[in-house]
Amino acid sequence: MATVDIRNVRKSYGPVEAIKGIDVAVQDGEFLVLLGPSGCGKSTLLRMVAGLEGITGGEIAIGGRVVNGLDPKDRDIAMVFQNYALYPHMSVFDNMAYGLKIRGIPKPEIQSRVAKAAEILELGRFLDRRPSQLSGGQRQRVAMGRAIVREPSAFLFDEPLSNLDAKLRTQMRVEIKRLQDRLGITSLYVTHDQVEAMTLADRILVMNHGVAEQIGTPLEVYQRPASLFVAGFIGSPPMNVLDGRIDPAGAAIAMPGGAVLPLAAPRAADAGRAVKLGIRPEHLALTAADAPGASSIQVELVEALGADTVVYGRLPDGESLVVRMAGLPACREGDRLTVAPQPGALHLFDADGGRRLAEA
Amino acid sequence: MQRRVIFDNKLLPYLLLAPQVAVTLVFFIWPAAQAIWQSVHIQDAFGLRSEFVWFENFEVILRDPNYIETLKTTAIFSVSVTVLSLGVALLLAVLADSKIKGARAYKTLLIWPYALAPAVAAVLWMFIFNPEIGSLGQLLNRLGLDWDYRLNGTQAMIMVILAASWKQVAYNFIFFLAGLQAIPRSVMEAASIDGAGPVRRFWTITFPLLSPTTFFLLVVDMVYAFFETFGTIHALTHGGPGKSTETLIFRVYQDGVVNNDLGASSAQSVILMVIVIALTAVQFRFVERKVHYA
Repeated sequence: MATVDIRNVRKSYGPVEAIKGIDVAVQDGEFLVLLGPSGCGKSTLLRMVAGLEGITGGEIAIGGRVVNGLDPKDRDIAMVFQNYALYPHMSVFDNMAYGLKIRGIPKPEIQSRVAKAAEILELGRFLDRRPSQLSGGQRQRVAMGRAIVREPSAFLFDEPLSNLDAKLRTQMRVEIKRLQDRLGITSLYVTHDQVEAMTLADRILVMNHGVAEQIGTPLEVYQRPASLFVAGFIGSPPMNVLDGRIDPAGAAIAMPGGAVLPLAAPRAADAGRAVKLGIRPEHLALTAADAPGASSIQVELVEALGADTVVYGRLPDGESLVVRMAGLPACREGDRLTVAPQPGALHLFDADGGRRLAEA
Repeated sequence: MQRRVIFDNKLLPYLLLAPQVAVTLVFFIWPAAQAIWQSVHIQDAFGLRSEFVWFENFEVILRDPNYIETLKTTAIFSVSVTVLSLGVALLLAVLADSKIKGARAYKTLLIWPYALAPAVAAVLWMFIFNPEIGSLGQLLNRLGLDWDYRLNGTQAMIMVILAASWKQVAYNFIFFLAGLQAIPRSVMEAASIDGAGPVRRFWTITFPLLSPTTFFLLVVDMVYAFFETFGTIHALTHGGPGKSTETLIFRVYQDGVVNNDLGASSAQSVILMVIVIALTAVQFRFVERKVHYA
């Protein structure tokens, strides 16, 4: 078990800078999820921690030891790959025992460690089989077993669930969480799936274009997204983003459509400023036409998901607005609804940079 | 999954097969039948009469110590060519598979020898190893080694092995490179994280995963060494000096075409044919089993 310290890490491919200086200190036993769209550099960062990619600038330390110059085998980490990367010519047992044999661990101990991992992962029946004789979920478990038996300082997961079907993915997600809680090994987990990130992470590092947009607990990232990018990436359906202007008194936001949304806390300092206004679909509620901040929308599409309903509507000025309501649909396409944001549920971002405005 | 094509016309499938069948009949079945027929006959010197003698030709050949010697020569030659060309090709393929500058040019150049006619390749090697005008031949003599492949049987053998292998390396190289590129990079990465260094990764991961390719090439190279090296040997040494580089296929030519002993030559052809059928059978069994792991 160990901490993983990433200090101002950079990666360049020729003139292209893929990682532009990332700082994060992963605590001992912490589960950190690297979340971002494809091409944001999250896998590259993970592979730099693993030693599969060189480090252009900065420092990575595992357990307090700087590993920049070390080979993957000397970093005391284990990695689970997206395509499992099992050794196809070896049995499940040999796949798990391979790393242990290389490290010269005595046979009886190999036997007992593999047996233990197989028991945890319910692979006992498959130890003699080849990977090709296993299902996707079983292969994934073998890949995890191979990581577990090594008893490394840190686990690295590179989108381990994205080759599985939806049902299996949910099931394996729970298993990974349970396993990590049980073993308490520091983990870095790369994914583009926000649900995986929200459910697994102790903290999430949201990446975009090689930059850390935000580092925080899942709830922090959801409740106080640090930028428009994070706001749009976390949450489904994504947050509504509208243009607005803080009124001269700093007490409300004037919307282009004419609606005026009162602010929970006045922002005298930002009076007159153009802002991007974020409202999560689940924080909009039906209201009376004369309620403060009410806007009228024309319903264009209704998605009934059972437990809740997503309504896609259009504001009078043509902006679209998505509303998520609990329960079964109470409206149809073409209806007019009046909605208003719940008090304190507004997110204000700088209209230029997209950064979150400091709280008043 | 097997797919079966259904033809409405009963005649069409036979028509479509006919060209291939015709080629096989004319160029394989008929000559092979002739060889078998001749191998159980003895002709007079003028080819006017022939007499049915059962297996006398085979008896004579297999009792002939020279023939046994040729068998041994062939074995040494074939095994050497196969091992050498496989080994060198694998080494080159592994090097070409790693990230190096100019890998494309390097790969293209390596494939060139395969495009050369055996006789041309042989002349090329002759220019290198000729004791008087060959660069390497001169050098060896200057170093005090008594190099003349026209007099020394062992040296002649070394040269034909080198020349024959050189041509086959290109072929093997292509297959090995394709095999190597089919191994997922992440598997190698997983092995390096598991603690395996480059050498161990090669022997525990790469080499086992290449085994289907290696086996296929082993069979192909054996057949090549047995049959397709005639041109190389003919141009370089004529089977000499003495009979030191005379392989089975070369002897078939010597006895049949040069010495006009058609019965003996045909009997040898039949023996060779049996060997090649056996080799092919092994290969087919292997290919049919379709060993793939992933």
